[in-house]
Amino acid sequence: MIARHLKHRTGTLWLAAMVHRLSGLALAIFLPFHFLVLALAVHGGAGLDSFLRWTDQPLVKLAEGGLIFLLTVHLLGGLRVLAIENLDWRDGQKRLATLAAALSAIVAFIFLARVF
Amino acid sequence: MNVRLYVWQRATAALMAPLVLIHIAVIFYATRQGLSAADILSRTRGSIAWASYYGIFVAAASIHAAIGVRNVLTEWSPLTDRRAGRFAAVFGLLLFVLGLRAVAALVL
Repeated sequence: MIARHLKHRTGTLWLAAMVHRLSGLALAIFLPFHFLVLALAVHGGAGLDSFLRWTDQPLVKLAEGGLIFLLTVHLLGGLRVLAIENLDWRDGQKRLATLAAALSAIVAFIFLARVF
Repeated sequence: MNVRLYVWQRATAALMAPLVLIHIAVIFYATRQGLSAADILSRTRGSIAWASYYGIFVAAASIHAAIGVRNVLTEWSPLTDRRAGRFAAVFGLLLFVLGLRAVAALVL
């Protein structure tokens, strides 16, 4: 009975909706810190430079790659939602959702390849 | 989510789609040879175009994130709609103030 009720939670589109929600939540948590760091640019940018040197660490770069993935996957997932709601229905939504995740991973990997 | 919040959520999403694309392109461009405050500030300081771009981005992101957080709290937390709404409003306002402060630091 429970297994039947939870079955939809293994579907690609349920997963896409969950990824969209969690990536949005993660970006919302990240944003205040992003703004606080950018505000270090005041008074000539010495504070910002000092922070940017700290971000040269491999683990921080890896985390930045993760953020690029989250931003891209949230953008593409959001575009898919807007398209579903405003345009004629198109088949292949599962394929589009998978493509969005794959494209986001590629963008994040290209970013990582450039910064490492 | 009521209709008014739904429309704001979708309108800010549509507005931000091109802004996010530009943001990702700028991230790739800016990190091509390592980031420095001097590089960033040479692009942004005194620029009305960047001030407008980031100002609109901050306003849209604050509204969009606040409504999203409200939805998550309403569905996933024990908070009532009213409390979730209050928390989200404070969060959105905080994002807006911190965001404008960051834009000011970059362009003024």
